Amino acid sequence: MSPGAAVGAPPVGAGHAPPSLPPEPKVTPMKKITIDPVTRIEGHAKIDIYLDDAGHVADTHFHVTQVRGFEKFTEGRPFYEMPSITARICGICPVSHLLASSKACDAIMAVAPPEAGAKLRELVHCAQFVQSHALSFFHLSAPDLLLGFDSDPARRNVFGLIDQNPEMAKMGVALRKYGQQIIEGLAKERIHASWIVPGGVNAPMSPEVRERTLAGLPAARALADKTLAFFKTVVDQFQEEISNFGTAPTMFAGMVDRDGGLQWYDGRLKFKDAEGATVSAGMRARDYAKFIGEASLRDSYLKAPYYKPLGYPAGVYRVGPLARLNVADGFGTPAADRELAEFRQRCGPVVHSSFHYHYARLIELLHGLEKIERLLADPSILSTHVRAHAAVNCLEGVGMIEAPRGVLIHHYKVNEQGAITWANLIVATGHNNLAINRGVMQVAKHFIEGDKLKEGMLNRVSALVRAYDPCLSCSTHADGTLAMEIALRGPDGTVLDRMG
Amino acid sequence: MPEKISIRIDGEYVAAQEGQTILEVARASGKYIPTLCWLESITPVGACRLCIVEVSGVNRLLPACTTPVQDGMSVTTHSEKLAAYRRIALEFLFTERNHQCAVCVSNNHCELQAMAQRLGVNSVRYAYTFPKLPVDVSHERFVLDHNRCILCTRCVRVCAEVEGAHVWDLSSRGIRSMVICDMSKPWGESRNCTNCGKCVQVCPTGALAEKGFAVEEMVKRDAKVTRLASRRGGHQ
Repeated sequence: MSPGAAVGAPPVGAGHAPPSLPPEPKVTPMKKITIDPVTRIEGHAKIDIYLDDAGHVADTHFHVTQVRGFEKFTEGRPFYEMPSITARICGICPVSHLLASSKACDAIMAVAPPEAGAKLRELVHCAQFVQSHALSFFHLSAPDLLLGFDSDPARRNVFGLIDQNPEMAKMGVALRKYGQQIIEGLAKERIHASWIVPGGVNAPMSPEVRERTLAGLPAARALADKTLAFFKTVVDQFQEEISNFGTAPTMFAGMVDRDGGLQWYDGRLKFKDAEGATVSAGMRARDYAKFIGEASLRDSYLKAPYYKPLGYPAGVYRVGPLARLNVADGFGTPAADRELAEFRQRCGPVVHSSFHYHYARLIELLHGLEKIERLLADPSILSTHVRAHAAVNCLEGVGMIEAPRGVLIHHYKVNEQGAITWANLIVATGHNNLAINRGVMQVAKHFIEGDKLKEGMLNRVSALVRAYDPCLSCSTHADGTLAMEIALRGPDGTVLDRMG
Repeated sequence: MPEKISIRIDGEYVAAQEGQTILEVARASGKYIPTLCWLESITPVGACRLCIVEVSGVNRLLPACTTPVQDGMSVTTHSEKLAAYRRIALEFLFTERNHQCAVCVSNNHCELQAMAQRLGVNSVRYAYTFPKLPVDVSHERFVLDHNRCILCTRCVRVCAEVEGAHVWDLSSRGIRSMVICDMSKPWGESRNCTNCGKCVQVCPTGALAEKGFAVEEMVKRDAKVTRLASRRGGHQ
């Protein structure tokens, strides 16, 4: 998210005029339902749903309620401190910020990390995907999928999951543990590791860590296979959700290599339109401002990036697991490619339902494990040449990677001495902001009717947001318990009904 | 020959020489007194107030690093009162500047952090002042981050006494005190700095650091500087 944008800073991109703000929501005489906070997501958000006199959903607003300020308070800091500072944006995917930030610093130093340094960064990135995707599926979304959207909200959380399906809960813990232990083995710390630095990483991989990681791989693979097989047996039960969860066609963006294969660590950003035609084949990180515009929303601290050539808000696009599967030609690893073929056979060549973020996430989890195996099989990964040293050689740098939730961009400008003079961050969930907003409206319109509230209806609105696995404030965590409060107010503001 | 005297530290008789400080005598007899600004073989200044001790017959606390011993003196180095005041001194250091350990180049190698852990300061009871302070990155090899400075003046003393360049000084008074270079110039424009890096190596926190060192990477080597100072007949 961009606090800078939220408090009225001009959007990025030289010569780009900011799009006009959308009109203020009409509060009266409509009834308003508020979901605050949206639970089982990373970060804080609330949703307002406005009903007309007939009780139909007239409008919805998805608000991200926190401001962070990283772009501002890092001004003046030495650029090489940025990875560790921006890693604090998130406790779940700090590795993503460390990598995007370090890549931006690489650009400022005008160096490429040594081969082993780049591979080790890629390895830790894959481990991060495994643990993050496992967290999203098992801990945050599985309660909806396994216990039911309409199940008792007091039990519809990770604890309910442990009670009802302990096997599934243990699988989630085991997969997350495997990813986290790789990170710990390489970086000595699981969260906010200081190991990823500008120029590469600060220590080589020990053979023992390599052996230990390889030893745990078959068990992790078996769990990933089992989870995916299980998901495929239940996915058809959710036809109504699949048909109504953010199915409005949008563009998609994802990082690919020269051959069009999916890339998480390094590559170019490819945009496809809603029909699956390529509209931009290979955006380089440093050119992002030519392709991505950033709009400020009146009622959210999350800015809304859009595809610049189409303007705002027409240029809405999505990122993340589903977008990557829609954009890439393939994974380049056999099991994930097989699953991708089946995914396309089941759901079509371009999949729009945001419900399928879950499906895409599980295929990516499998790919992550395959990629870990491939990287570890390469003997050069044990090389001790893992870091390039340099001072400031370029006054600007952009780092772009695929975080578990989508494209993450860090852009810094420095003075001759290396102090940050300006920073811009486009965090993955931001790209999805417009699509989430539209999806919330669609789900609300389909599932909510009249002034009698059913908790399950509103849970589906939250679940739409949850499907994107958004990292909204990127550093706070939902604790898995239900903390939702919903108030239904009449035109004069009196509370007609309250739940939670 | 300095006259031999006897003092009591925590009730124990200890032999000392006239002219020695309480801290020197305590250290020589294996007694621990916490310090932050003190540095072996460098002139003590009593800036941090962590080495405060109780002396019988004196109704105020005295810094052990600058108080000379006297024959028959009875010193208490550890008491509830001392622990409380040392804690306050440390808490004030944390509130005066922006000490964000997690993102500091000296995290896990910082004397301020280690002292807080040793003295059990795991929270601060006073309001942080959050001053807006500059970071001087103008030097080619080193960086000065005022946010992490505790005004111990080790840099000032080492530069003047060991290197002989006297680049550093303190400007202003009280809470506005700042370490300044060459009478308030950016470090990179200093004509006196010899780029020796001694100030960096003796700085107890991440305030002075080598450029390009990422978080947790700045390990200081102050023993090299104090050994040099000792060989040159530094403060005895």
